[in-house]
Amino acid sequence: MSRPRTLFEKIWRRHLVATEAEGLPATLYVDLHLVHEVTSPQAFTELAERGLPVRRPDLTLATMDHSTPTDPSIDTAKLRVLDPEGSAQLDRLLANCERHGIPLYAMGDERRGIVHVIGPELGATQPGMTVVCGDSHTSTHGAVGALAFGIGTSEVGHVLATQCLLQHRPKTYEVRIDGRLQEGVVAKDIILAVIARLGIGGGTGHVFEYTGEAIRALDMEGRMTVCNMSIEGGARAGLIAPDDVTFAYLEGRPMAPAGDAWEGAVDDWRSLPTDDGAAYDRTTTLDGSALEPMVTYGTNPGMAIPIAGAVPEDDAIEPEKRASFRKALDYMALEPGQQLQGKPIDVVFVGSCTNSRYSDLVAAANVLRGRKVADGLRVLIVPGSDAVKRQAERDGLAQVFVDAGAEWREAGCSMCLAMNGDQLAPGQYAVSTSNRNFEGRQGAGGRTFLASPLTAAASAITGRVTDVREVLS
Amino acid sequence: MSKSFTRFSGTMAPLPIQNVDTDQIIPASYLKVTDRSGLASGLFCRWRYRDGDPEGEPIADFVLNRAEHADARILLAGDNFGCGSSREHAPWALVGYGFRAVISTSFADIFRSNSLKNGLLVVPVTEEVSASLFDAVAADPAAEVTIDLEAQTLSLPAGGETNFEVDPFARRCLLDGTDQLGYLLNQASSIQAFEAAHPARLDTRSG
Ligand code: SF4
Repeated sequence: MSRPRTLFEKIWRRHLVATEAEGLPATLYVDLHLVHEVTSPQAFTELAERGLPVRRPDLTLATMDHSTPTDPSIDTAKLRVLDPEGSAQLDRLLANCERHGIPLYAMGDERRGIVHVIGPELGATQPGMTVVCGDSHTSTHGAVGALAFGIGTSEVGHVLATQCLLQHRPKTYEVRIDGRLQEGVVAKDIILAVIARLGIGGGTGHVFEYTGEAIRALDMEGRMTVCNMSIEGGARAGLIAPDDVTFAYLEGRPMAPAGDAWEGAVDDWRSLPTDDGAAYDRTTTLDGSALEPMVTYGTNPGMAIPIAGAVPEDDAIEPEKRASFRKALDYMALEPGQQLQGKPIDVVFVGSCTNSRYSDLVAAANVLRGRKVADGLRVLIVPGSDAVKRQAERDGLAQVFVDAGAEWREAGCSMCLAMNGDQLAPGQYAVSTSNRNFEGRQGAGGRTFLASPLTAAASAITGRVTDVREVLS
Repeated sequence: MSKSFTRFSGTMAPLPIQNVDTDQIIPASYLKVTDRSGLASGLFCRWRYRDGDPEGEPIADFVLNRAEHADARILLAGDNFGCGSSREHAPWALVGYGFRAVISTSFADIFRSNSLKNGLLVVPVTEEVSASLFDAVAADPAAEVTIDLEAQTLSLPAGGETNFEVDPFARRCLLDGTDQLGYLLNQASSIQAFEAAHPARLDTRSG
């Protein structure tokens, strides 16, 4: 009997081409490399300059998501005029993928979507895999029990050329959420509460593994929401052990193993969860039953409070952090001690790789059904992938949004980051289901309150930061 | 991309803000480039220029606009520098501007890794050292430190020196110019053996 191991350790060991040695990093094999237009061009250039091929185009998958417009009236031809730079970047990805035989879901392709939405949706990300992408929210794929993390563009080049990465072994951090969530409290609230507790650098150098009853009770899409924001807690990766929920989700997806291979794969995947008695480097526990809907007030995702709470007072902040705290409040034009609930807003954004999946849209639609968005408020509903979009249109969700007065858009990153035409105007406030409330993230001068799709939908009705439990009761 | 780096002295630009994220270092609107150049003007542009526009009016009290810090090639930053997005454009912009090192109590993992691959040295120091450096530069903007990568020491303006940690492999690459991709390519036979022993369960071309 080998000694008990964590899920992370098992995946790590399986992928070692070379182990760490005195002063040298490990060489880690990559099972799936996801690529998008923004962080790849310089890596392809590096390969071209060295005359190198892509080693495993069959383990590489590319999509266009960051700079693609979500306005349905803008096609590729119009985009050339509206955004020549963004358009050139898309063309570059197309040319690079063609040259190297990498499957690419370009604009107009029915499989296209946000890279972290389509990976699981296609069954490409599977338990026990190593998954990387030049994108920090690659942590999302940890929801299926894969070791998934973001890399820089130099490393994108390394993986394209060798299918490997040089890595030092991170430490492990168990984040345990016990208990059952209350009505109106969802996956997004869990992860915002975790980050508020640990701080945005709390997970640096670690891989989170989320455990506990509240995590096990989440569906796969909720698990993706939690793992997605691991990076916002400073951890490069977040993992959830695969279980029957995972297998039921993956079975029958286009790239998942099929037939006999499926049975074999599931048998293997059942051996992955952390063994009894395995040790984590750190552990923290939160009581899920005590969590409330969360909302951020500041300019990083750790600056979050229960929605009924108030912005902290100065004296609740450690003295050396007060200047940064004040800078954040100045940017947000908020005061210490202020309530957020009731604060008027200008925009609601439901979307991003955190919360743009089908179940997120169902949650928002359940709140908006038969209601109207507040006068003068702009509400964008942006599906995470073309497949989500089509399903939502088939099932009548899209109509619910349109009837309520929201904008129903094409799939993409949209207003999560301001580089595709969707953005806040200076000074505007948004309730957003995305993952970053950094200064200017959603547009220069824009101010972001991060929250769940339920909170976003409730706020869309009132035009103010709103506790969904009040709308539903 | 690494240029050899052993020892250098210089003044510091103090940025006493915690959790500076890579969206502040270089906003998304600059990410449409397909090469590594042209990013220096976007560096901290939202804090550096009115309306974030490099063609516009500089914000006088932002550190990079202050005459006494114009020549600084070392950024002295608050905790958890470089958090958020994995964009390597952040170190490209810092290097493009002329920075050779960032000193902080802590760095986000991906930023640290990206920086070391681009010849930008990240120098982690204790809270006490960090505080003493902010004090020193406040008292005298011309205060110099010397960073010695070979010896892994940082010599302080008030005299004395402190050791700092750096990933030994990254250090070696910076010192002798070892190219990380070349190092990986040299492992081709091990990679091939690994692939033979671990057939893939996936073919992305099958979707
Ligand atoms: S939705 Fe936002 S966080 Fe996610 S990949 Fe796109 S830009 Fe990044």
